Amino acid sequence: MTTTEHTSNEGTAAAGTADVVLEVRDLSVTFRSDDGPLPAVREVSYVLRRGEALGIVGESGSGKSVTSMAIMGLLPKGARVEGSAKVLGQEIIGLTDAQISKVRGDKIAMIFQDPLTSLNPVYTIGYQIAEAVLAHRKVGKKAAEARALELLELVGIPNPEQRLRQYPHELSGGMRQRVVIAIAMANEPDVIIADEPTTALDVTVQAQVLEALEAARRETGAALVLITHDLGVVAGHVDRIGVMYGGRLVETGPVEEVFYRPRMPYALGLLGSLPRLDEERHERLTPIVGTPPSLLSLPTGCTFAPRCPMARELCHQEEPRLLAADGSGERVPVAVEDTGAHAAACHFSDELEGARPTDLFRGTAVATEAAEDGAGEALAEVAEGAPGADPEGAADPGTGEVILTVRDLVKHFPIRSKGLLRRRIGEVQAVSGVSLELRERETLALVGESGCGKSTTARLMLQLIRQTSGEVSYRGQPLHTLSPRQMRPLRRDLQLVFQDPFASLDPRMTVSDIIAEPLRIHGQRNGTAKRRVRELLELVGLNPEHGSRYPHEFSGGQRQRIGIARALALNPKVLILDEPVSALDVSIQAGVINLLEDLQDELGLSYLFVSHDLSVVKHIADRVAVMYLGKIVETGTTDQLFGAPAHPYTQALISAIPLPDPVKERTRERIVVTGDVPNPANPPSGCRFRTRCPKFAGELSENERVKCVEEPPELLDRGTGHQDACHYSKAVELI
Amino acid sequence: MSETKVPPAPRSTDAESVGGAERTQLQMILSRFVRHRAAMVSLVVLVLIVLGAFLGPFLWRWDHLVHLEIPASVPPGPEHPLGTTTAGHDVLGQLMRGAQQTLKVAFTVSIMGTVVGSLWGAASGYYGGRVDALMMRVVDVFMIVPLLVMVAAIAGNVRGGTTWYAVALIIGFFAWAQIARVVRGVVLSLREQEFVEAAKAAGASPSWIIVRHLLPNAAGPIIVAATLLIAVAILLEAGMSFLQFGIQPPDISLGQMIGDARTAASTRPWLFYPPGVLLLVVCLTINFIGDGLRDALDPRQTMVRR
Repeated sequence: MTTTEHTSNEGTAAAGTADVVLEVRDLSVTFRSDDGPLPAVREVSYVLRRGEALGIVGESGSGKSVTSMAIMGLLPKGARVEGSAKVLGQEIIGLTDAQISKVRGDKIAMIFQDPLTSLNPVYTIGYQIAEAVLAHRKVGKKAAEARALELLELVGIPNPEQRLRQYPHELSGGMRQRVVIAIAMANEPDVIIADEPTTALDVTVQAQVLEALEAARRETGAALVLITHDLGVVAGHVDRIGVMYGGRLVETGPVEEVFYRPRMPYALGLLGSLPRLDEERHERLTPIVGTPPSLLSLPTGCTFAPRCPMARELCHQEEPRLLAADGSGERVPVAVEDTGAHAAACHFSDELEGARPTDLFRGTAVATEAAEDGAGEALAEVAEGAPGADPEGAADPGTGEVILTVRDLVKHFPIRSKGLLRRRIGEVQAVSGVSLELRERETLALVGESGCGKSTTARLMLQLIRQTSGEVSYRGQPLHTLSPRQMRPLRRDLQLVFQDPFASLDPRMTVSDIIAEPLRIHGQRNGTAKRRVRELLELVGLNPEHGSRYPHEFSGGQRQRIGIARALALNPKVLILDEPVSALDVSIQAGVINLLEDLQDELGLSYLFVSHDLSVVKHIADRVAVMYLGKIVETGTTDQLFGAPAHPYTQALISAIPLPDPVKERTRERIVVTGDVPNPANPPSGCRFRTRCPKFAGELSENERVKCVEEPPELLDRGTGHQDACHYSKAVELI
Repeated sequence: MSETKVPPAPRSTDAESVGGAERTQLQMILSRFVRHRAAMVSLVVLVLIVLGAFLGPFLWRWDHLVHLEIPASVPPGPEHPLGTTTAGHDVLGQLMRGAQQTLKVAFTVSIMGTVVGSLWGAASGYYGGRVDALMMRVVDVFMIVPLLVMVAAIAGNVRGGTTWYAVALIIGFFAWAQIARVVRGVVLSLREQEFVEAAKAAGASPSWIIVRHLLPNAAGPIIVAATLLIAVAILLEAGMSFLQFGIQPPDISLGQMIGDARTAASTRPWLFYPPGVLLLVVCLTINFIGDGLRDALDPRQTMVRR
């Protein structure tokens, strides 16, 4: 986007300290915990110049949020903060709460991840923005309100006068986050720290909020610290980047340098484990094996060494410092002020010159080599046990036999009045006429934003909820007419994997019991179940000895593997995967995706892959169906859909996905949608997308629009199996 | 979420973190309970009280009845360690018998109320909708009735209202409603959890889900409610005895002893304090044991007790 011109050149040229707005030096944060000191952040140093944008990326637990909380003085009392952080030359570490309040909100402002909890539900939006102004400016109430109005306009909120009088719950998530941005920029701060500002939002809304953030920067000239786990978001919006791991900055440098020439194996690994929208589907993702270190027992030496494929003796003994390469292979220290330098904390960073992720990391699905061998055997065993699974590998998409069919599926959830009578006062049209076909050994992806009805569709297909109308059949047998009791034996063939690996495992049961539960329900004896559980644990790449543990003792990725093992316990034919990787860190996500691919090949499974993440979908799916407000708007093979998306919504979705590539991300053509998804209790007439459609708003004439308003478009075939539901569809090439 | 800002420490996945040996669930629960100091001390104290109440009468020469050999209104001394009443009871003899009757009532009420209340509440919460509305209205009826009055009214009209089990049944009949409410509330949020849906997707029946998933996960609140119920039952029984609807003389309960000694607290304190303090200690220890149990049954609790 248009963000970066003003900085990178000036920044490197004038390496003075005159325009430094934020200077962090050797900042360390240690929490006291029951199990000893917990070093959450260690010796983080960086400077930020006026108008500059710094991205801090890292996985959960890497210390990226704690760093900024320490700077804002928002850490709980038990935290010990050492080092220094200066805003405009003023030291702010160690200030009392009263003193730091003068800096906070005035010179330095913060935007949090969850806009729902960072706004007070009992005050109006206008009051809360005015309050922020009044806290630091001696102006009248009138002036503060005028400023609030001006700010809302700046962040792109439609009908600002009206919004000022509304309460947070009346606004959508994207709208709320823009209000939070407005509050942050109320006093024209010099630094804005945004901590995962878009993580809770849908991609199309994310694009809007990032736009508002850019507007805020343009307007106030503030420097930005953008903290995120999403390499794509960082690529397009910052000048410099710092990668955090195990509480330390392990690589810093200009964004292009870090993305195109990473010097730290971790950064390289992260890039390799991302499924890419802008690249041909390659064979395998290359996950980083293992899990991030426990901060309580950090390894000696390099914290990444236990997961690093090029770790040597030295790495396990001495922790590398953050040093730059000087071109001759020597590593030299760089001044923190030298913002143009590219530094990495790796003893062997010079060996990484020109390396690609695949050179270093292997496309494995499981964590350790030993386990991998075990898993291979287990796979073979299970495959034998699964009737009908021929070991030939995946068949071509589109040629297999249709096994699960959905026709004209409709689901309306009643909205009932409060009180005793609970009258029906309306209905949420969650799914409005969806037809799908899932073939054998195929992955069909169901894509859409939150609230579009994709998860409801998935549950309808499993008959976990009852449809309002429509048909579901499995291998020709209608399921929608069966009673729950009649359905029970069929559940063996149709299984579900959940999004949240924390909520989907009963915390009071051991892992063995969880995996064995489906077996017990279907009447298997204890002995057989036990053997099967060990097999399954091996199959998904976990140590079978760990069956006696409880779910909370495992990391997110491992728990998701447990969830998959449970789903596989009954040898199902169809797995419905409801956002199976969206709750996982990228380096972990890749391993789970690879596992799913392996399992499909070996066991001959069919997947219905429900996801909002188009990058993952492009990597894993054979066919894709895009949903919007309960209807399928476009469907086709993965190549058709990503190569030539025809529906304006699909086009907008694809172009809203940030690419983890700075140059491509800044230069790509965008199709932007405005606003939020309408209320499914009262969807727009005609084409449901028309209220947000860029084509409807920009290209169509009055006469053409009438058709969109009056006539719901049918899902029509464009000759090659590629169908879309738009009256004026036209395929475009976006990537 | 309202967690503190301490980042969740990613747990190491190596075998050392838990200990290689496979231990059964029961052993884990036991070892966690043993580490809970207050609960362990309370357990010891409660066991001593129970032993004293049930075995003591066999060892002590006086029972709870009036005996002509007992001098009236003697303060504590070597002959009668807790003194005697005006009528000629040995207070220690009364105390042991009284504690016995009170404990029997309290535990019976607690077990009865917890079983009925948990099942009722779990079923109501799990099925939801009309079933829930109907079942909860029944609970409401039981809740709005003034318990003591109702209990007293029934006890006055039931033959055999003087025996401990009749008292326990009457209290238990009304006291489950509170537990049903608590359990329903917990189940309402639990049933939306994905692990419940996972069990449904695997083909589990409603009774399987209630027994295997919902009740174990509601164990914390259930145990807290059950321990509270013990205290409630003790107090209700005391209240009933006070109104002379409870356990009738010549049999005795702690509540009755306190009621009888209500005017004697300053003149003859040995009549009032022993039953009062014992009642307090029993309620306290049961609360601590409840805490310990709740923590021990939750596998997410860390093994180390602070």
